[in-house]
Amino acid sequence: MVIAVASGKGGTGKTTVAVNLARVLGDVQFLDCDVEEPNAHLFLKPDLAERIPARVMVPEIIEEKCTYCGKCAEVCAFNAIAVIPPRGGLKGGVLVFPNLCHSCGGCFLLCPEGAIREVPREIGVVETGRAGAIRFAHGRLHVGEAMSPPLIRQVKKHVDRTRTTLVDAPPGTSCPVINSLEGSDYCLLVTEPTPFGLNDLVLAVEVLRVMGIPHGLVINRCDIGDDGVESYAKASGIPVLMRIPFDREIAERYSRGLIAVDGSGEYAEKFRALYEAIRNRYEADRGHQRQRRHG
Amino acid sequence: MKQIVVISGKGGTGKTIFTASLASLAENKVMVDCDVDAANLHLLLSPRVVETHEFRSGATAWINPDTCIACGECAEMCRFEAIRGADDHYVVDPLACEGCGLCARICPVEVVEMRENLCGQWYLSDTAYGPFVHAKLGIARENSGKLVACIRQKAKELAETRRLDYVIIDGPPGIGCPVLASLTDTDLAVIVTEPTLSGIHDARRVMELARHFRIPAGIVINKWDINPERSREIEAFCALEGVSLLGRIPFSKRVAESLIRAVPYVETAGDDVAAAIRAAWDKIDSKPAGEARRPS
Repeated sequence: MVIAVASGKGGTGKTTVAVNLARVLGDVQFLDCDVEEPNAHLFLKPDLAERIPARVMVPEIIEEKCTYCGKCAEVCAFNAIAVIPPRGGLKGGVLVFPNLCHSCGGCFLLCPEGAIREVPREIGVVETGRAGAIRFAHGRLHVGEAMSPPLIRQVKKHVDRTRTTLVDAPPGTSCPVINSLEGSDYCLLVTEPTPFGLNDLVLAVEVLRVMGIPHGLVINRCDIGDDGVESYAKASGIPVLMRIPFDREIAERYSRGLIAVDGSGEYAEKFRALYEAIRNRYEADRGHQRQRRHG
Repeated sequence: MKQIVVISGKGGTGKTIFTASLASLAENKVMVDCDVDAANLHLLLSPRVVETHEFRSGATAWINPDTCIACGECAEMCRFEAIRGADDHYVVDPLACEGCGLCARICPVEVVEMRENLCGQWYLSDTAYGPFVHAKLGIARENSGKLVACIRQKAKELAETRRLDYVIIDGPPGIGCPVLASLTDTDLAVIVTEPTLSGIHDARRVMELARHFRIPAGIVINKWDINPERSREIEAFCALEGVSLLGRIPFSKRVAESLIRAVPYVETAGDDVAAAIRAAWDKIDSKPAGEARRPS
């Protein structure tokens, strides 16, 4: 089962929930897909023994073959190529803007002269390793790079269908989140009971509905704020699987990179119960789907 | 006119609460919310929308199921695995399609259409604190970077025609495409961080990003007293990096509770939190224009 942990709003406690779950479960695959700002390693402290460069393919012009016909610039939907035609006695030129390139291969495949080759460009790294029984992988986007989805997809290649996989997703609701959630069996949405938390929760739920991923809530700092999130969950039929009260001691432990369940048997019990609740929901949901198919 | 962007790397460090207070403290400015895929600033500024505009960008492939001959060439060529075979035709997964248009160009029977995306809406609003430009990215839509660029352009034009002193931008979390679009060409990046391992880790990455674009940066340490020792660490490395310390805001449960009142924090309270925000703004406001661009 692939369980994603997402939120819409940042800083609600996604990573906290994901690392605590990983710790109580032990034998899991953990994928930190927040490649812009990966944090889970600060808590799980994996050995990160392997470091794999993450590359995308970008065009390189073979000057001798190029006739400056402009086809590549015309087919590029992302304005990543500009062609300056030869004029007067001046030679033409082709400018490639690799950071705008989406690696679709269009220019390379459609160049009538075969004057483009694809060359790898590093946009980040995937690091993998172990933290006890936990198999860990995350991506780190190089600072200054714009596009995280190709790197997220490379982290997602480490999904292991033979064991439980936990995916720590980035905040927001756009492409990086969708690439992280794709293929998940269940999504935990971590939120806080404030107007900000609610606003972004509603957006995240809409994304999950479009993607058809079953989901439940964890309400963090459940005693600070109002009852907007609870009312919304009730009205929309979204189960609340866990409520975590604000605890200054936990906040201070977090600030030091410590995991709540490591210092407290009570929290360990709660996170084990959370996993059971997800499992039950997931099984029940699959049961419904089977019934619908056969009924 | 100066453009100031508030960013953090890590989400939830208090960017928007801080920025909303700047809306109350700064005079003669336009506010912009560039966290277009999870916008929150409107919740504290109570905007009255004056203009609504559609934001169209990019395209998504659509295969005509009636005329598709199911040759599968498009699916084979698509690098995004966005095309799958159905019974007697192929289908595009709009969530996976990046809109490159390669399938439309290579389809031997020309049955792929590229349909322009409606990616969201942007708004020009009036608030009690002056004009406000904000947006809403459509659900599961892309091109957030272009939407950010679009609303920043509008805000800049507005600031120029109305001769405003500041464009104040609430930025998104992370370091990717919408952050780059929020940061580029600004005069000051205010980095709001918290004294946690993850807060520091992420703040370092945005600092590096600001340096990469040669944007001067200052730091605000939110909830500094959650871990005073870490806060001192942050101050020490900021000094080393040439990032000025703009303020330290203490932790208070009242901050989260104040969100319900839907006004900027400094309007609701005169406590130590509000005082710290005011002090930070005074520092930002007193930065001489000459300091804007650091020599490269």
